[in-house]
Formats: sequence, C-alpha cells, structure tokens
Amino acid sequence: MSKVSARLYRRRRLVNHVSLTFSFLATVFGLFWLFWILWTALSRGINAMKWDLFTQMTPPPGSDGGLLNAFAGSLIMCFGAILVGTPIGIAAGTWLAEYAGKQRLGEIVRFVNDILLSAPSIVLGLFIYELVVHQVGHFSATAGALALALIVLPVVVRTTDEMLRLVPSQMREAALSLGVPQWKITVQVLFRSAMPGIVTGILLALARISGETAPLLFTALNNQYWSTDLNSPMASVPVVIFQYAMSPYESWQSLAWAGAFVVTIFVLALSLIARAILVRNKVRND
Amino acid sequence: MAVPSGSVIDASQPAERIAARRALRDALFDGVFRRSVAAAGIFVLLILIAVALSMLWGGRQAFLTFGPEFLWSTDWDAVNHKFGALVPIYGTIVTAAIAMLIAVPVSFGIAVFLTEVAPGWMRTPVGSAIELLAGIPSIIYGMWGLFVFVPFMAEHITPWLNDNIGEWPILGPLFRGPPLGMGMLTAGIVLAIMVIPFVSSVMREVFLTVPSRLKESAYALGATTSEVVWDIVLPYTRSAVIGGIFLGLGRALGETMAVTFVLGNAHRLSPSLLEPGNSIAATIANEFTEADSEIYLSSLIALGFLLFVVTFIVLAIAKLMLNRLNRLEGAR
Repeated sequence: MSKVSARLYRRRRLVNHVSLTFSFLATVFGLFWLFWILWTALSRGINAMKWDLFTQMTPPPGSDGGLLNAFAGSLIMCFGAILVGTPIGIAAGTWLAEYAGKQRLGEIVRFVNDILLSAPSIVLGLFIYELVVHQVGHFSATAGALALALIVLPVVVRTTDEMLRLVPSQMREAALSLGVPQWKITVQVLFRSAMPGIVTGILLALARISGETAPLLFTALNNQYWSTDLNSPMASVPVVIFQYAMSPYESWQSLAWAGAFVVTIFVLALSLIARAILVRNKVRND
Repeated sequence: MAVPSGSVIDASQPAERIAARRALRDALFDGVFRRSVAAAGIFVLLILIAVALSMLWGGRQAFLTFGPEFLWSTDWDAVNHKFGALVPIYGTIVTAAIAMLIAVPVSFGIAVFLTEVAPGWMRTPVGSAIELLAGIPSIIYGMWGLFVFVPFMAEHITPWLNDNIGEWPILGPLFRGPPLGMGMLTAGIVLAIMVIPFVSSVMREVFLTVPSRLKESAYALGATTSEVVWDIVLPYTRSAVIGGIFLGLGRALGETMAVTFVLGNAHRLSPSLLEPGNSIAATIANEFTEADSEIYLSSLIALGFLLFVVTFIVLAIAKLMLNRLNRLEGAR
C-alpha cells in the first residue's frame, strides 16, 4: 500500500469508528433518559401506593384519601370513547381498504386521518368544547368521552385500513367466486382474518387515551366527589394527577405519584398485550 | 348455483325467482353497507374541517377585535382585556426548536445503531423498548420534569451555564438567568426526550426499507459502515427521514402536559432560555378554565386555531415526505 492510500485508509477507519461510537452513545443517551423517567414514575409511585387509593375518594387539600372517583371516571370515559370511536373507525377503515383505497377521495381521507393521528390533543379538546360544552352550557363526562373518541378514531381507522390491506386478495377472490356478496365477504371473511390486528389497534388507542390529560381539562373538567352522571363534570386520573402534582400539598403530590404509577403500569401492560397479540397472529399466518 | 331442495325452500316458487330475489337483497345490502362505510370515511374528513372552522369561529372575537396585531402583540392583560399571541408563539417555537436540535441527531444515532451497528440479538429488544417508552403518557414526562429535572437544572446546569456560557458575546444572553430550573431550556429538553422515541422509530423503519443488495454492493466495494449510512442509506431515504423529523416537530409543537409542568407560565418575552416562559398549548391548558371574559376565552381559542394551522402544515409536510418513499418503494 502506498503512503497516500494508507493515510486515506486510516482516516476512513477513524471516521467510521467515531461515527459508530456516536451512534452507540446516542442510543445510551436516549435510553438513559427514558429509563430514568420510567424509574422515577415506578419508584416514587410504589412508595405512594396504599390500599386507600382504590377505596377512598379524592380528598380536600391537605388530607388523605384515594383516587376511586378518578379511576371510575377514567374507566367510564375511556369506555365511552372506545364505544363511540371504534365502530366509526372500523367502518371508515373498511371503506379506505375495500372501496376507496386508490381513489382520490380515499387518498385524501387517508392523508387527513394521518394528520388527525398526530394532531395536538389539546386542539381536539378545544373543538369539543366549542361543539358540546359551549352549546350545552356546562362541562360534562359526555364531552370528555367525545374528545377521547376523537383520539381513538384515527388510530382505529389506520389499523383497520392497514390490517385489511394485509389480508391476501386470494381470500376475496375465493369468496367472490362463490358468489358471496361483498358486504358478507368483508364482515365474515376479511374481518375474521384481520380481527387480531384490529383488536391491537383498539388496545393501543385505549393505552393512548388512558393517559390523555389535555383534552379532558375543558371538557370533563374535574369532580372531587363520586359521580356517574354522564351529564355533569367527572374526575379522571390524568386530570387529578395534573391538579395534585401542581399543588403545594405533600399528600396530594403523593397521590399524584400513585396515580401516575397506576397509569404507567396500565399503559405498559396494554402495549405489551397488543404486541403479543400481533406477534402471535403473525406466526400463525405464516 | 344449485338451489338446495328441501323444507327451507317454498316449493311453490320457481328456483329462478328465489335466486333473483336473493340477488336483489344482496345488491341492496351491498349498497347500504358501502354507503355507510363511505359515510364513516367522509366523517373523518369532515371532522378535520369542522375542527378548523369551529376554532376559527370561537376565535373570531379575538381576531376581529385585535386584527392582525394579535399575532405580534406581546400584551396579555386579562384585566384590561388586551391579548396578543407573540409570547406563546415565541415559546412554542423556541421550545420546539431546542427539542429538535437535541432529538434529531440523537434519534438518527439510535436509528443507525439499531439498523447497522448493533448485533442482531440486540436490535429487536432495544427497538421495542424505545417504542414502548413512546407510549408513556406525556403527563408522566411532565411530572418527572417538575419533580426531578427542574431541581436538577436549578442546582447543577443553570449555575454552570451562567458561569461558563453566560459571559460569551452572542450566545451569552441566551444562557444567563436566575437558577429557577423552570424555563424554555428545561421544557425543550423534556420535549426532546419525549420526541426521541417517535423520531427514532420512524427513522429505524425507514432505514429498514433500504434494499440490502444496495448496502451489500457498497460493502463489497470496501465501504465502511459510516460510508454506507451516509452515501447509500441516507440518500435513499432522505425524504422519509425529513418526514420523520417533521412528524416529531408536529408532536413537539402541540405537546401540552410535558411543557405545562416545566415552562413556568410567565407571560414575558425574554431573550434568556433560562427564564420562565409560555407556549400556546401551555397557555390554553393553564388559563382556559380561569378565563372570565368572552374576549379572554376567544383569545385562547384563537391561539388554539393558530396551533392547529401550524401543526397541520408541519404534519402535512411530514406526510408528503414520508409518502414519497412509499411511492419509490411501490415503483420498484
């Protein structure tokens, strides 16, 4: 090797080592913060865990209590959101995958859906405020559930669309050749095949809305007491966490950490289950 | 098709009529089904339009009262009913810019590590771990920021920045300020940590689409890994990588809870990144339920409209950039 090419070789090797080291350090850096946050939420949360959390109502400032009404409120509103968002989402996803996929209008809707998917949730909350709360005149759990449904909708549309398009076209052709009408093919053949994927989408949507705070702030507001009235303000875990974490009272802050712990575990568990369903199904399809 | 004979079929009707009626019924159901799923699809489109229009309608009073001055006025005076959006807009842009400045190189490094460098057994678990962490609700990031990171900034980072960079001629004023811990810089860093999982997983997926024969050809010619990344992977995926960055930017601009906790909620335009500030989303979250006059509420909704327009543009660019790679993939 000549001197010049040896020098070039050394330089290239140096650049390579430096950049690969950088990429390794970037990974360590990214994981470090993420695990620090996870560790904080889990360790502080577990210290604040008490049985009272699930049996007592949210307390007035400075005293002890639990988050029972907030858990109930979150459950009710998330359930409502899934109930509203899922059917519309599955229908719209079906339309995109089976009817309008390559038309101009279908392309536009897919584009818009992807934007809704990442749109700031606080904006969706403001929209429901204008649409519902402002018209009715008061905050309500229904408005909160609707705001969350707007977050569920694009997630379900996207996964339904993707999962239906993954179904091999031979299945459609085989059913069509038997003279089965298209709606029956969709409902009885395609949905059955795509169901694990669609369920995954719903679980991921649930994981996403169970920690959503911003859209609930001015739709469902908050409620210190037990309430199952869909027409009045309702407490939810994230909003209570927000209120309590920002407060100067020690007992409230510790309740906020306990709530954060429960939400984090719930979200992580849901994502893991969703992944497991997807992985198991993939293996079976092969 | 053979018509089954038996008790199910009324023998008095000829087989053709049954088949015809069934065909009619199927066609009817098909039409109903197609129309209802199409209605759901159009509904998605209508929601986006309705969101934009309703915010414009809600903010009309602010836009009409203050005119275009709303965009560059620094007023935020609830007593005298004078509102301007410059401080929140500035805060949103600065925090998002800090976030992207940190998140983009780190995410790029992570994506390269996970696709080109890491040993095979490491790639899936680390990649999944990062994606799982992307699902943690933003309020957890906010709480961590408030209780752990703000004190850390106040004790260690801020004094150090004041002593070392604070004296510099041009950059100096950016890093001079009280050791509060809260402020633009803290918010930007927390946002960066939130955005890293998103951007890096998009980049990772995009890098995986590069045909391995392209990379193998380059390796066969003696290219190093870094040369393959710069000269093969990046040119092939450039538009999608930019799309991923814009996707992260869209998140950073609209993120509410993580920022609200650590920004300090101060309506003041200050050159220092260490001073408390405000962002559009944080202003809305903090003040919406306290707004006591029509014009106050209208100004907040007008802020929401601005945020929506900006994120819409950013996300649209992201989507178009990402689609370009898909088309390239499809053309292959």
